[in-house]
Amino acid sequence: MGLAREACPRLANGCRLQEGAASGPVLLMPERALRLNPPGLRILQLCDGKRAISEILSALSAEFPGAQAGRLEEDTLGFLERLHATRAIDLE
Amino acid sequence: MMQGPLALIAEVTHRCPLHCVYCSNPLELSRQQEELKTGAWAGVFEQAAAMGTLQLHLTGGEPLARKDIARLAAAGRAAGLYVNLITSGVGMTEQRLDELARAGVEHIQISLQDSRAEEADWIAGTQAHAAKLALAALVRMRKLALTLNIVVHRANLDRIEEMIALAEATGADRLEIAHVQYYGWALANREQLLPTRWQVEQSLTAVEAARERLKGRMQIDCVTPDYYARFPKACMGGWGRKIILIDPAGRALPCHAAGVIPGLSFDNVTAHRLRWIWEESEAFQMFRGEGWMPEPCRSCDRRALDFGGCRCQALLLAGDAAKTDPVCELSPDHAAVQAAIERAQEAIQNSSVGAGQVPDTRSNALELIHLASIQTEWRYRTNPSRN
Repeated sequence: MGLAREACPRLANGCRLQEGAASGPVLLMPERALRLNPPGLRILQLCDGKRAISEILSALSAEFPGAQAGRLEEDTLGFLERLHATRAIDLE
Repeated sequence: MMQGPLALIAEVTHRCPLHCVYCSNPLELSRQQEELKTGAWAGVFEQAAAMGTLQLHLTGGEPLARKDIARLAAAGRAAGLYVNLITSGVGMTEQRLDELARAGVEHIQISLQDSRAEEADWIAGTQAHAAKLALAALVRMRKLALTLNIVVHRANLDRIEEMIALAEATGADRLEIAHVQYYGWALANREQLLPTRWQVEQSLTAVEAARERLKGRMQIDCVTPDYYARFPKACMGGWGRKIILIDPAGRALPCHAAGVIPGLSFDNVTAHRLRWIWEESEAFQMFRGEGWMPEPCRSCDRRALDFGGCRCQALLLAGDAAKTDPVCELSPDHAAVQAAIERAQEAIQNSSVGAGQVPDTRSNALELIHLASIQTEWRYRTNPSRN
């Protein structure tokens, strides 16, 4: 199941980024938490309900110029799909 | 430095308007006079956050029985914790919910006893079902995360599809299908509660189908009940590894039920720093790691996955908390679990009135189970004594 590129993801109700945690940035969710690496954090910061997935992908490739384009896209979409399946993000 | 607990379960009171026959509170309940005050809880939350704890679960009893519940939530949030409130909904008003949302509660978990009011209310020993559904709607309107937790057992497991549909209709983000765990009050009522293997298998199929259908809309968590699994659950994610529970009086426990283990004493947050309790107190070290493990755990490849299962269950079913969890098929005490399963099967067969045949259709079985249930002597959870 792929996500539509024009959909605009945002953090679902009750999900919150905590960037200042002692153990590094985490996504806090009901009953769960996900520790984030720098790209993971950046992806979630871009999930503001206004940017479409296609725009998030372009923003990321501009910000991580070293990343191989196909790989970056594949990893980002995979990450977003997992977040969507577990109700960490909703699509507008 | 040792990794601190990821989650703090704060049983802020044992008082509760419900009397569920499978309550996870201990048989010996803390009295209201013993309950920690607001400031003491706030201190515990700050200490936990400093140890790297991320999640706070405000639970009970019924946490709304405390007048200061919003202040407790605010203290947790101010400490930097994610605040979950686990409630029956009894005692909630719109005004109180607004107050809790402002205080920083981010996620509300409501447990349901059934999809049907009548059945739910006899399990709870009080009329609470309607209040729960009303609260679910209010939570949705305030854009808080909502989880419904449906507790399942022999008398309601056949209605799993109906229960999933009910959860879907409330617009919940998450549904937890929680099999009754057989400790304390539930163990006292196990003969009536344990489902049959057939019921469990049917329910798992129904859950799988619903999961696929509701992907991205409602997340469904459901674990095979441990009596019917081949291997034990990783109870609490391992003893003293991820979770610390503080009871209403301030005693720190590695799990809900650990109080049943004889000879184990639990230090109190009013007398010790949380970090000391977690890292050094006897109770938290007793079954931490692998040093305590007997065979077959000690040499088992799964010991880092399930940590030997549940210590309380080993005590309750095998008489020794330091044995392998008897639900494990490799345990020398596994026969105790198999005997309970066989009795569950027999109970259903015996409740088949007249012809002496096994009820083979869902509705027929359900009717008989229900009849058996209302004629049975349940052991209802009591409330804390007042003296």
